Amino acid sequence: MASAAAPEALSTPSIDPEEVAKFSAMAADWWDPDSKFAPLHKFNPARLTYIRDTLAAHLGRSGAEPLKGLKLLDIGCGGGLVSEPMARLGAEVTAVDAAEANIKTALVHAEECGLDIDYRHGTAEQLLDADGPEQFDVVLNLEVVEHVADPESFLRNCARMVKPGGMMIVGTINRTPRAFVTAIFGAEYVMGWLPRGTHQFDKLVKPGEVIAALEAEGLTPRSPVGVSYNPLKDRFFISGDAGVNYLMASAKAA
Amino acid sequence: MLWSMDSDLIFDGDVVIAGGGLAGLTLSLALHKAGLSVCLVDALPLESRTAPEFDGRASALAYTSWRMLETVGAAQHMDGKVQRIEDILIVDGRPYDGVKPGGPGRDQLHFDRREISPDDDGEPLGWMAENRWTRIALAKAAEEADMPVFAPERISHMGEGKAGRARLHLESGKAIDAQLVVACDGKFSRLREQAGIRTMGREYGQKGVVLNVAHELPHEGVAYEYFMPAGPFAILPLPGNRSSLVWTEKSAAADALKEMDDAHFQEALEARFGDFLGWVKPDSPRWTYPLGLQVSETFIGERLALVGDAARAIHPIAGQGFNLGVRDAAALAETIVEAKRAGLDLGAQASLQPYERWRKTDTAALSLGTDFFNTLFSNDHSSIRLARGVGLSVVDKIPFAREFFMRTAGGATGDLPALLRGERLSL
Repeated sequence: MASAAAPEALSTPSIDPEEVAKFSAMAADWWDPDSKFAPLHKFNPARLTYIRDTLAAHLGRSGAEPLKGLKLLDIGCGGGLVSEPMARLGAEVTAVDAAEANIKTALVHAEECGLDIDYRHGTAEQLLDADGPEQFDVVLNLEVVEHVADPESFLRNCARMVKPGGMMIVGTINRTPRAFVTAIFGAEYVMGWLPRGTHQFDKLVKPGEVIAALEAEGLTPRSPVGVSYNPLKDRFFISGDAGVNYLMASAKAA
Repeated sequence: MLWSMDSDLIFDGDVVIAGGGLAGLTLSLALHKAGLSVCLVDALPLESRTAPEFDGRASALAYTSWRMLETVGAAQHMDGKVQRIEDILIVDGRPYDGVKPGGPGRDQLHFDRREISPDDDGEPLGWMAENRWTRIALAKAAEEADMPVFAPERISHMGEGKAGRARLHLESGKAIDAQLVVACDGKFSRLREQAGIRTMGREYGQKGVVLNVAHELPHEGVAYEYFMPAGPFAILPLPGNRSSLVWTEKSAAADALKEMDDAHFQEALEARFGDFLGWVKPDSPRWTYPLGLQVSETFIGERLALVGDAARAIHPIAGQGFNLGVRDAAALAETIVEAKRAGLDLGAQASLQPYERWRKTDTAALSLGTDFFNTLFSNDHSSIRLARGVGLSVVDKIPFAREFFMRTAGGATGDLPALLRGERLSL
């Protein structure tokens, strides 16, 4: 979700002792389900469960730590709302974000939770340049593609980082009239869930466009699933309706 | 005061359950069986809670509660210890002027389980069991499942543990680390108090005198609830020719009943019970429990969740205290297992909020409902008596209303947790 300018080079920022309190407070805000991040907390369980179940089924695993020993990359990690759960499920997590404040916040919170996560300030492309392709069993690309300048080349670069036999999961908003009504007008203007201007309609990416980019890199995308909202229960669930929010898993041949 | 660095850490896992009562045992078994690392702490050895002197109460187990006992592996240890409730008769105790001995009066509400499960061996309206048998069965199931239990261990206080953990300090100097502490430590929960969570509620100035009786004739699985001016008088069937009584009176009268010598009590019992089941005589000591309603302002805190009487204690008028505790346990178990599956921090507010939302609705409805019922029925004003007589008769004439009441009493309304549908949880 970050839209800050990328740094010149990938780095793991150090946090001055006097900065810790500030980033700890920011972390507390990220993790407070009643803060401005409330919609992310409502949205999170549904997509996390989908990611867990999809990866566990793909790899034939189960139990408390189904991702044990897997190298996982979380692109656009924000405060670590997905990175931390992935680490708890056993993954060795690397996470990048273009906004330095997000990375510092995530670093402080992971420390507070006793989780070991390799947070880097920078972009996916910088990581690809630094470490080379085929480094990760799992690449998570959640709520990022709608914010980048060139989605096709971004998706192809991300796909190149997936190891053979690995998987990439993309989550974003579809470019449909209904997505405009609910995800932009509804979430930003009616519910006030997101700041106005978070999403621009013409930057949204359709499943077909994701599929084309990933197939060009040798991945096999599956049918997208929807992440839908149940206003009665006030929670999100995985559905067959990919018309607004969708998630799509793509496997790379072994 | 104990300092964390001196503590001897005896457990480090997902969840620690403080309190080995019925709700605590049920919850820890459900989580343990789902594959989480969980332990139970209690001040008393589990065996001592199963002595007849410890708790004389019997509870109505709604059929949803029974399903949960089946799912966690406890129901199989209750053979011969539970009584099916086939019918519930709700009776205004004073349809005419004066107590009518010898059974139900005219204005009665009749619930027959054959209306919701017609087969001969269909699910009954509920089960009756003395709490200690349920406790023994749960303790056996815990032993069979190799669930970690630390008892006797007294809890001193809760503090911060290793990163991402709360620490439960025990008076023995030992300590337990877990992402989440669940307070199942009863109506006067110390953990709730230490967390600064306030309660609201009121006392009714009434007490329930509880005892078991033996009687000459079989009860045929019928539960009776008489609404008397001083409060409800319930006859709840136990296995054999025995029943559990919940006899509500103004506090002073209840205390007098408890202290009375056996000959006088026998006289009072016969006058109230009537002779519709032949002779009747006490078959247990007498206990009294004050009636009151107490609800916590919130059910969750910092790495803390409240379950059972720690969350809310209601007077036993509808026999729902245990069932509410089981529903808490089922809802919290499902919430925790979902969070664990998603890799979320089990003690985070975001992970616990669904539990609170889920349970608050149910609690509000039931607390208000029983509060209203008690006020309505503990009243001897003639117009209220007339109205409730008419009300009982009307509900009895409408099959749909009756069925709704039965499903509500059985706990099958609302958004039912998986465990109450008889489904297992797993990672």
